[in-house]
Amino acid sequence: MLKAPVTASDHIQGDQAAPVTLLEYGDYECPHCGHAYPIIKRIQKHFGKQLKFVFRNFPLSEMHPNAEGAAEAAEFAGTKGRFWEMHDGIFENQQELGVPLLLTLAETLGLSAPDLRNALMDREYAPRVKSDFLGGVRSGVNGTPTFFINGQRHDGLPDFEDLVAAIEARMSSEPD
Amino acid sequence: MGQILEAGTVAPDFSLHVTPDQKLALSELRGRPVILAFYPADWSPVCGDQMALYNEVLSEFQKFGAELLGISVDGVWCHEAFTKDRHLHFPLLADYEPKGAVAKKYGAYRDEDGFCERALFMIDRKGKIFWSYCSPVAVNPGADGILQAMEEMPK
Repeated sequence: MLKAPVTASDHIQGDQAAPVTLLEYGDYECPHCGHAYPIIKRIQKHFGKQLKFVFRNFPLSEMHPNAEGAAEAAEFAGTKGRFWEMHDGIFENQQELGVPLLLTLAETLGLSAPDLRNALMDREYAPRVKSDFLGGVRSGVNGTPTFFINGQRHDGLPDFEDLVAAIEARMSSEPD
Repeated sequence: MGQILEAGTVAPDFSLHVTPDQKLALSELRGRPVILAFYPADWSPVCGDQMALYNEVLSEFQKFGAELLGISVDGVWCHEAFTKDRHLHFPLLADYEPKGAVAKKYGAYRDEDGFCERALFMIDRKGKIFWSYCSPVAVNPGADGILQAMEEMPK
C-alpha cells in the first residue's frame, strides 16, 4: 500500500478529478523505466480523462550514476512549471543521459543551463528526491519501475495489456 | 518449504567468510541490531535486485545503528565480484561450506532448490530475533518491513 499519499506537491498529469491514479516510482537511468515510458503514454491516451499519472523519484544511484542528477534536473524544471517536458526529454534521450544532456534539455525548454548547473552542484533538489525515495521505500517499492494504482501496488509486468487490465479491474471494483 | 525461526528465538551464532581471508561471527556484533538478509543468489536481474535496494537504503538502517548482512550460498569470490559490480557497501556472507548450513539453522534453506529463501531477520542488541519474514522466493521483500521492525524494537 502507498504510505505517502498523493498531494499537491506531486507531479500530476491529467484530470485532477480522474477516478484512477497511476503512480510510478521511477529511475531515469533504469532501462525498465525507459521501456515503460512509451507504454505509460499509451495508457494515458487509452484512459483519457479517467486517469491521472503521478511520477515520483526512486533513483538507484549506486547502480545508475546519472539517475540522481536527472531526478534533480527534472525537479529543477518542475519549479519552473516544466517538469513533464524535462521528464519526457530525459526518457526520450535515455541513451545519452548525463549532465550535458540535462543542460541541453534545459536550454531547449528555455530554462537557464547555468542555473541548472548550480542547482546540481549545490544539490538543491536532493532533499526533494530523497523524500520521494524514502516515501517509496516505506510503501514497499522494491525496484524500478514500481507502479501503484489508486494506492495499491501493482506487481505485474509493466506492459500495456497488463496495466490496462489492472486499471480496469480497479475501476470496476471501486464504483463511484 | 520449512518454517523460518520466529521472533523471540535466540539467533543461532555462526561464523562465515566475508572476504576470502576474513570471517565474521554474529556474536561479534552483539550490542548492535543486526539485519540478516538471506537471499537466493548473486546476479539476479538488475533493477529489482534486493541487495541493490538495501545498498541505497543503508543510511536509513545506519540511523538505527544497525548492521546489515547479506547471506547466500554463493562463494566468497562470487560475492566479491558481485559486490564490486553493484558497488555494495555492506558485507555479503558466504554460506558455502557446508552449503547452506547457516540458512538451515534459521529454517531458511530451500532443499529442493539448493539455495536460501528470501528471509529477513531483525536481531536485537542481545542476540534475540525481534522480527522475521519470509518472502515468496520470486518477490523482493523491499525494505519497509525492516524499517518498521527497527522502529518498533526497544532501544
